[in-house]
Amino acid sequence: MNTTTKATASQRSATPLISLPQLAPWLIAILFLLLLPVIFNSGSALTIMNQMAITIVFALAYNMLLGQAGMLSFGHAVYMGLGGFFCVHLMNMVEFDGLWLPLPLLPLFGGFFGLIFAIIIGSFSTRRAGTVFAMISLGVGELIAASSIIIVAFFGGEEGISADRTMGPETFGFDFASQLEVYYLTAIWLVISAAAMYLFSRTPIGRIANAVRDNEERAEFLGYSQRYVRMISFCASGFFAGIAGGLFAINFEILTEENLNLGTSGVILLVTFLGGVGFFIGPIVGAVVFTLLQTVLSQYTEIWQLYLGALFVATVMFFPAGLTGLLAMHIQPFKLGKSSLLLRPYMRMLVPILVCFLSIAALLETAFHARHAPIGENEMNLFGIVFDSHGVLPWVVIVVLVLGSGFLVKRLAPELKEAWDDANYLEPRS
Amino acid sequence: MELIFVNILDGLVTGLLLFMLCSGLTLIFSMMGVLNFAHASFYMLGAYFGYEISTFVGFWPGLIFAPILVGIAGALVERYGLRRVHQYGHVPELIFTFGLALLIEEIIQFFWGKNIMAYDEPDILNFVAFSIAGNAFPAYKVFMIFVAMGIFLVLLYILTRTRVGLIIQAALSYPNTVQNLGHNVPLVFMGVFGVGTALAGVAGVIAGPVLGTFPGMAVVLGSIVFVTIVIGGLGSLWGALIASLLIGWLQTFAASYNIVIGDVLVSIGFTRPENLDDSALRDLWTLTVSQIGPILPFLLMVLVLAIRPQGLFGKRES
Repeated sequence: MNTTTKATASQRSATPLISLPQLAPWLIAILFLLLLPVIFNSGSALTIMNQMAITIVFALAYNMLLGQAGMLSFGHAVYMGLGGFFCVHLMNMVEFDGLWLPLPLLPLFGGFFGLIFAIIIGSFSTRRAGTVFAMISLGVGELIAASSIIIVAFFGGEEGISADRTMGPETFGFDFASQLEVYYLTAIWLVISAAAMYLFSRTPIGRIANAVRDNEERAEFLGYSQRYVRMISFCASGFFAGIAGGLFAINFEILTEENLNLGTSGVILLVTFLGGVGFFIGPIVGAVVFTLLQTVLSQYTEIWQLYLGALFVATVMFFPAGLTGLLAMHIQPFKLGKSSLLLRPYMRMLVPILVCFLSIAALLETAFHARHAPIGENEMNLFGIVFDSHGVLPWVVIVVLVLGSGFLVKRLAPELKEAWDDANYLEPRS
Repeated sequence: MELIFVNILDGLVTGLLLFMLCSGLTLIFSMMGVLNFAHASFYMLGAYFGYEISTFVGFWPGLIFAPILVGIAGALVERYGLRRVHQYGHVPELIFTFGLALLIEEIIQFFWGKNIMAYDEPDILNFVAFSIAGNAFPAYKVFMIFVAMGIFLVLLYILTRTRVGLIIQAALSYPNTVQNLGHNVPLVFMGVFGVGTALAGVAGVIAGPVLGTFPGMAVVLGSIVFVTIVIGGLGSLWGALIASLLIGWLQTFAASYNIVIGDVLVSIGFTRPENLDDSALRDLWTLTVSQIGPILPFLLMVLVLAIRPQGLFGKRES
């Protein structure tokens, strides 16, 4: 996959730098971002969209490491968090010390602070890739997260530090008191940083980062220092993570130890991997899907983290290319004009798979309810059906549904596989 | 003076407990090149299994059967999870074990909830073994020391004196050659993974009553375990032992001496600022050694990695 995109990239170098078909997705995305608050204008929707935008910037920055340079970090929250902490302090300086700094420029400073720390830590951590890098990033991350609790003057200890974003000089008449203004500010920074990160991935250094990821020895023989290339990727990633931290500081006006610790670093790994590390758009898809899943699932079930964990492990095991990789698998049949072959088996598979997943979820929910509900409270409500979680009948129904749909899925799987193979070959196979 | 002796014993307990986790982890790493992020989660599974068994038949059967169950779970994870992910490379393997750690924590909460379990040491060991200058040393800790020492000796014996150990050691360095000689290397891998996780399970069963059995216990110990094997040198059993003891003593000694850093700075010759509230470095003056105890292992790790990337006893870098 990578080699083909590289080949097309070199062919394109003769044509103008940016052509209309290349620009189209960006324009559509910008239009979409502009229209989004018109459609969803409630306060909670704006909060979710802001959170989504911040996660997208952070996930894209993280993928500069994981996807494009092949460096697995377990401590990337540090750069976002430190950028955010500095931004909160800057906001406080604007409020109390009369520092002149318009709010829209704040994320840029967050980026610079992220960059400074990335330079310091990257100077020794980027020596090796792979496991050693992952371990150093974990150690440094834990070190800074643990220090943040005891260095109260800067990090505010357990309760963190907070600020007020509306105290700065007005910019074009906006004081950013309303969520909507913050949304547009976040969206603008999202577009700027996404475009910058995309352009970075097209520069020679971005390309060489891919080469070092794929085979560091060969890249060395071509005359590139793998350590230098990794260092550049690391610093760029730290910079954009810092921008995400600045946006976080503007949105939530508070930063705590939680923004630095392993939990946050793990979530961003999950988001990025779920979306797919192989494509630029992967982390965007991952961030959107994750934020939606998180907000929707957590409203309906207590064990949503179990589902997310299972989804993550299943992704690593069965679809290491992530959601976008799953979609990209269908490009080939589509190009061959054979996607219609897949339609029938997909339609037949749809109902059993849905029933299978839902009944497994029902099994988990019922078991959870039977084990953890207060004593005497046996009734539970699932998909609008009220039943007794301690009774025998619901259990029998659920187990029969799980086994039945599982059996159907297993029966239909060979047919789907055959159709899939047919759709991926040009010649009809005998 | 007596306090030092108490601390040495306490640090020994912590260090040996760490070693039970690190030994399995470092064996797994040197064999398969996989850093098992979920290793501390198997330790937690051990504690919960031990608790569940102890509610039915008491502590001692739990000490035997819980590690066996954990080992079986570990072997299954290797056979059906890791072996599948192995084809994608080392980074996806690491991500897989990371996801597994999240998943195990959620599964534990699914079955046992978020609260701390009432998992207690057995009555037979619930007495004071001896006391040093008024500091009681419980018999359970003596028991922990003996179990950990016993495991270390058995492990050392198996690895260096038996045929199985010979094959494992050979498979560590030259898996393909060992395979060509007719040994079933994937089976050896599965066995090592199972035994390594079972060791973590033993650690969980005996640590559960002392350190508490709750869903966060894996996170508390998890990163320390990593730090320890990185300091000791990835893949080195002796390194793991030395580093575990080092970290154990470092943490115990730091926790028990309430020296204020400011006093140290004054004694070196720095002058204390008049108004601490305005100083950006005010935390530096008021911190105590026991407060910075938790970050010392990480600091040590960063230092070791910066000076000697292969760790204290490690031979190779990755």
